[in-house]
Amino acid sequence: MSDFIQTSPARSVESAVQDPFIAAEAPWSGIVRKGQTIRIEDSYGQQAIDTLFYRADDFSERYSNQDTMRMQGSAYVGIGTKIMSNEGNVMLTMTADSCGRHDTSAGACSCESNTVRFGHGTKYLHACRDNFVLEVSKHGMSKRDIVPNINFFMNVPIKPNGEMTIVDGISAPGDYVELVAQMDVLCIISNCPQINNPCNGFDPTPIRVLIWDGED
Amino acid sequence: MMHVRRSPVEIAANRARYEEHQKKGLEFAPKALPDPSPLPAPAIAAAAVIHQETVPGGWYWSTKLLRGEAIRIDQAEGNSTVALVAWNAADTSERINLVDTAKVQWTAALGKGRVIFSDMGRVMFSIIEDSSGAHDCLMGGSTAISNAAKYPGEQTRNTRDNLILAAVKLGLDRRDIPGILSLFAPVRLAEAGGFGWHGKRSKSGDYVELRAEMDMLVGFSNCPHPLDPDLTYQPKPVVITRYKAPVPAADDLCRTATAEAVRGFENNALMQA
Repeated sequence: MSDFIQTSPARSVESAVQDPFIAAEAPWSGIVRKGQTIRIEDSYGQQAIDTLFYRADDFSERYSNQDTMRMQGSAYVGIGTKIMSNEGNVMLTMTADSCGRHDTSAGACSCESNTVRFGHGTKYLHACRDNFVLEVSKHGMSKRDIVPNINFFMNVPIKPNGEMTIVDGISAPGDYVELVAQMDVLCIISNCPQINNPCNGFDPTPIRVLIWDGED
Repeated sequence: MMHVRRSPVEIAANRARYEEHQKKGLEFAPKALPDPSPLPAPAIAAAAVIHQETVPGGWYWSTKLLRGEAIRIDQAEGNSTVALVAWNAADTSERINLVDTAKVQWTAALGKGRVIFSDMGRVMFSIIEDSSGAHDCLMGGSTAISNAAKYPGEQTRNTRDNLILAAVKLGLDRRDIPGILSLFAPVRLAEAGGFGWHGKRSKSGDYVELRAEMDMLVGFSNCPHPLDPDLTYQPKPVVITRYKAPVPAADDLCRTATAEAVRGFENNALMQA
C-alpha cells in the first residue's frame, strides 16, 4: 500500500468527498459531478483499472474510445486527453498523470475472450466484463450498454505495422491519474482480475479512488 | 487495505503461459497469412448472387446476412471508406467488437485470413478476400461535428448519423451502435501513437469479401473517413454484393490460420450446435 501523493493544497485524503478503496478484482461505481476531480490511484502498482463513463442524467450518452482517439489524433490516453462521449461532448479532461501510459484500444477482458486468447480452460476465471455487467445492472443498464473502455495503467503499445500486445505495466505503487468532470458522470470501474497476461503483473491488487469538489 | 500477494511461483507460472501464447500469436500468424487478394476482383457467379446494392456516396444501408453467405464491398469509383457494424440477428446484444478483435489476434491490422470477433468470443466474419489490408478499427467515423470542422459551410452526411438511422430502422437505438470498422481507410500509427493516413496503401478498385459465420444484421455507412485528406466533400458510390459463399473446406484459411481463430470457431460451434 502506497502513500498519498498530493497534487494540490486543496486536495488531501481528508478533504475528499468520496475515498473508496476497491478490493482486488472488484467493481465499483459512483457519480462525479461537473467540476469535481476524480483521482484513480494504482495503490500497489502494475494494476490495470478498466473504466467507463456515462452521462449521469442520460446513460445513452457514454464514453467512446473511437471519438476520444479521433479527437486527439493519437491512440494513447495522457495529460490533456479529452474523454469524449458518443455524442461528441467532452465528459472529463485528464489533468494529472504520474504514470504516462494508458490504453483505450484493447477493451476489457471477458470469460468469452479469455477462451479465445488463452484457451477454454480459462473460461471460469473472473473477468472485467462480468464486473461491468454486475455494476451497470445496478443502474438499470445491460450488456448492450458496455462499450470499449479506458484501461488506466495498462500498457498496450501498437506498432506502425499494427502489431499490438499487452506488456508489463509501468505504473509504480501510488501512481495516479486525475480527471476533472465537464458534466455529471457515472463512473464504472472494474479493478481488473486478469491473471493470464501482464496487465496486473499477474497479481491483481486493491486500488483507491478519491473525489474532490472543485476549487472555485 | 491489506492484500495477500500471490506467490512468486504462481506469478511465474502465469507469466510463462502468457509468453507462450504471445510468442505463437506474434510469430506464427503473420507468416501464415497470404498476400492481399489480386486485382481486379473476379466476377461472382451470377447464380450465387442474392442481392447487389449500390450505396450512393454519403448514404447508409443495412442487410440481413445469413451464416454461409458473404458480402463483397467494392470501391466502384475510387477511394471510398465504408464503415461497418454488425449484430447477431438472434440476440442483438452480441455485436462486432473491434477491441477484442485486435487484442485476441495481436494486431490492429486486419486483412485476408483474419477474422472479426463479437463481444462473446465468437467469430462474426471471416475476411476471405481483401486486396488492400488498409482498414481502420481505431478511429471511428465522421460525425456532424467533425464534418462541420472539415467541410465548413457545406451540407454533408456523416457516419454517426447514418448509423443511428440504420440502427433505429432495425428496431435498435443509439445505445446499440458499437465501435465501427472503417474499410478502405489506410490509417497507421506512428511510434508515438499519432494516426497517419497512408493513401498509397489503398487503390481504386480495392475490394473486401467478408463471410458471415453467424446470422447477422449488418449496417454500412459510405462517408469519407475523418482523416481522409480530401477537403472537398465528394463521397463516391460503393457496390455491396450479398452472395452465397462456397462451403469452407476443412483447411479453410480463416478457420485455421491462428490458434485464436480455431478457438473462436469452437465457440461458434457450441452456439450453433
